[in-house]
Amino acid sequence: MKMRALTLPIVAGLAAAGISPATAQELAIGLKSEATSMDPQFHQLSTNIQVAKNIFEALTTQDAVQKVTPGLAESWEAIDDTTWRFNLREGVTFHDGSEFTARDVIYSFCRIPLVQNSPSPFTIYSAGIADMTAEDDHTLTITTKATNPLLPTELWSLAIVSADTLGAEEEITYGPDGTCEGMGEVPQAPAFNSPDVAVGTGPYKLETYTRGSEVVLSRFDEYWGGTPDWERVVMRPITSDGPRVAALLAGDVDMIESPPIQDLPRIEDAGLKVVDALSNRVIYLHMQQLEDAPGISGTDGENPLLDPRVREAISLSINRDAIVERIMGGYAVAAGELLPPPMFGTSERPVDPYDPERAKELLAEAGYPDGFSITLGTPNDRYINDEQVAQAVAQMLAQIGIDTRVDASTASQFFSRRNDLEFPIYMAGWGASSGDMSSPLKSLVATYDPDTGMGPTNAGRYSNPEMDALLLEAMSTIDDTKRDRMLQEAETMVLNDYGIIPLHYEQTVWAMKPNLSYEPRVDQYTMATKVEPASE
Amino acid sequence: MIVYLVRRLGQSLLALVAMAILVFIGVYFIGNPVDVLINPEATQADIIATTERLGLDKPLYQQFGIFVMNALQGDLGTSFVYGRPALDIILERLPATMELALVALLLSVGIGIPLGVWAGLRPYSIAGRSIMGGSLLGFSLPNFWQGMLLILIFAVILGWLPAGGRGETTEFLGLQVSFLTLDGLSHLILPAINLALFKMSLIIRLARANTREVCLQDYVKFARAKGLSGRRVVLVHVLKNIMIPVVTIIGLELGSMVAFAIVTETVFAWPGMGKLLIDSINLLDRPVIVAYLMLTVLIIVAINLLVDVIYSLLDPRIRLSEMNG
Repeated sequence: MKMRALTLPIVAGLAAAGISPATAQELAIGLKSEATSMDPQFHQLSTNIQVAKNIFEALTTQDAVQKVTPGLAESWEAIDDTTWRFNLREGVTFHDGSEFTARDVIYSFCRIPLVQNSPSPFTIYSAGIADMTAEDDHTLTITTKATNPLLPTELWSLAIVSADTLGAEEEITYGPDGTCEGMGEVPQAPAFNSPDVAVGTGPYKLETYTRGSEVVLSRFDEYWGGTPDWERVVMRPITSDGPRVAALLAGDVDMIESPPIQDLPRIEDAGLKVVDALSNRVIYLHMQQLEDAPGISGTDGENPLLDPRVREAISLSINRDAIVERIMGGYAVAAGELLPPPMFGTSERPVDPYDPERAKELLAEAGYPDGFSITLGTPNDRYINDEQVAQAVAQMLAQIGIDTRVDASTASQFFSRRNDLEFPIYMAGWGASSGDMSSPLKSLVATYDPDTGMGPTNAGRYSNPEMDALLLEAMSTIDDTKRDRMLQEAETMVLNDYGIIPLHYEQTVWAMKPNLSYEPRVDQYTMATKVEPASE
Repeated sequence: MIVYLVRRLGQSLLALVAMAILVFIGVYFIGNPVDVLINPEATQADIIATTERLGLDKPLYQQFGIFVMNALQGDLGTSFVYGRPALDIILERLPATMELALVALLLSVGIGIPLGVWAGLRPYSIAGRSIMGGSLLGFSLPNFWQGMLLILIFAVILGWLPAGGRGETTEFLGLQVSFLTLDGLSHLILPAINLALFKMSLIIRLARANTREVCLQDYVKFARAKGLSGRRVVLVHVLKNIMIPVVTIIGLELGSMVAFAIVTETVFAWPGMGKLLIDSINLLDRPVIVAYLMLTVLIIVAINLLVDVIYSLLDPRIRLSEMNG
């Protein structure tokens, strides 16, 4: 470290001149937010997951476009609707040298419900597993409670920890919801701050974790997938945008995630590289479908949004291309669906055209020739340029006679108020972590029902029973072709009814030194394992 | 002295209680932490379970009651985000902030007083006027912008110093400090300057005004008439007498530097308490916010008490027992 401080000015100078330093063995990454724990089963949050993914692996992995590929499981098959057999990879060792077997998998799944104080537990994935048995050390059978075609996708989220390291007994028997036997004393999340406990099978080992400051990883030489590229990886949280860009320009870090779009020309002028990719996050408008929606005036107490013609008018009044070009600086793509095609379940539906004349006609047909007044809720620090986008939408709505007031607040307030149904219309975003259409459909537009867990984020309370039925059927269909078609159909039903209005897909941006390359990921994760020295 | 101290402690306690109530109510109205913490894919049942586990389903007065009961036993709650005691998390960050604040204080005193005295002795000289002009800048430029400018000049353009972070730390008296290594020092300089500039300007202006005032006093004139060297007059007679207001300000400002180095810490990604507070507010980590503010009140109260004691040492005319606290 001492050497680094002394040579820093020189290194920075070299980088600015576009010459790579001779020792490209260390990689420093500036992250937008900090991982709250090194326990991969503690907090289900992308910030934590992207760091954990360097240290821990799962049975399956997802590539840059969220296609499911083998991970610690070499192959798998669905034996019947609820039974799956996984063939585990042989010759895999944990960082402390112990061998990876089916027992570790069972232990890992058993531990999930036993993790205390989790702000957002992983049980939403593990709860559906009825039983797990090891036929031998490298063959595992998983039985699910209900048909779950997404099991291999979801398994990616469930990190495998070492049963031996964490002090399990020789014999572990699976039981659902925390009733496993032979678990021993289960270490809790704070213990994982120590490299002796945070032991995985991933390409990098945890070296130190200094809260607020940095996570240091070092190369795991015995990694089954080949020697990793970097001897040492430092991940530093730099939460403010400006300083994060400055750290890259100054050469403190080699790569940063989410540079502000406004700064990209500067970064490129400095000879640095910018890569971007379409993300799985769609920004959408949701409209309240209850009789007594708040924040609407000029309609004699009626909720005009109940009329599909009004919803269509809103969609037609929005010039998505202008938003993408002027506000998003070209780093977004106008959206016609809830997930960018060609992801699973998309139908390549064209983007709604910008047609304010037709929108006015529709409003008149619906009985609102003079429009009405409405409040548009939006967060102002959650999505890329969110408030500006909302302002633009408000102006476009005003053009067709819908007098729109923007109510922007910080994310923590916005989400609370939204969930209390305070907004007649709101703008928000949805990233489909599974990369599958069932995710936005289930959360955003399925009928809100706490008993079945459907529609949890449907704060517009849109309801379409026909779509619900089709979605439920799709969610229990193992056959991919059939499921794809059903999801497409369900999505089309909602969009034809203008139950939700997609605006654009965000693009995720990374900036780095010219001697690095990173394959941009749809899931927006920044993973050291995927950063490579550029081949020139 | 004892009576005075007891009375002061009583007041401090009152301030602490008032703060607890205000903060607790304030934080309660910001928003629902579960909405921020939980994964968006979670179902309604998961959300209810998490709400119950965090005790957020109870009415406000009950939550406050539980908080007070635990606080009396030294437990300020468990962080929603980290799942560990809030106080531990804050104390972990305290050394970084303390170090930064102390270095900034040294800088502002070490540079501010000599410059201020100089400007006070020669108020109409070019040097005197430039110092005052400079201090005006230090006052009026926003802290955040100043920090960014420092980074731009020294880190990005010149490449002399790192743009942020804490660098290498070593253990010193059981604490992690960065001023003992070259790498640590290089990380410390810019944030310390950023934090010091405003205080430095304040001290310069204060020292100058007092120097001018003191220079007109009879004892200074007498000392000069006695034929003492200019150096001795300044160092002994002037300096000692301008120190009382300066010490007051230093005391108050140290408190605010420790408690509110937030902007500097955010700009320089300095892993101190201020950055923790901002992160916690964004995540609505209520226990950490409350514990942080309680601790801050405690620190400021303690520093003020200390300042009063130092007064009496500097000026024998001041007797603490005579003060109407």
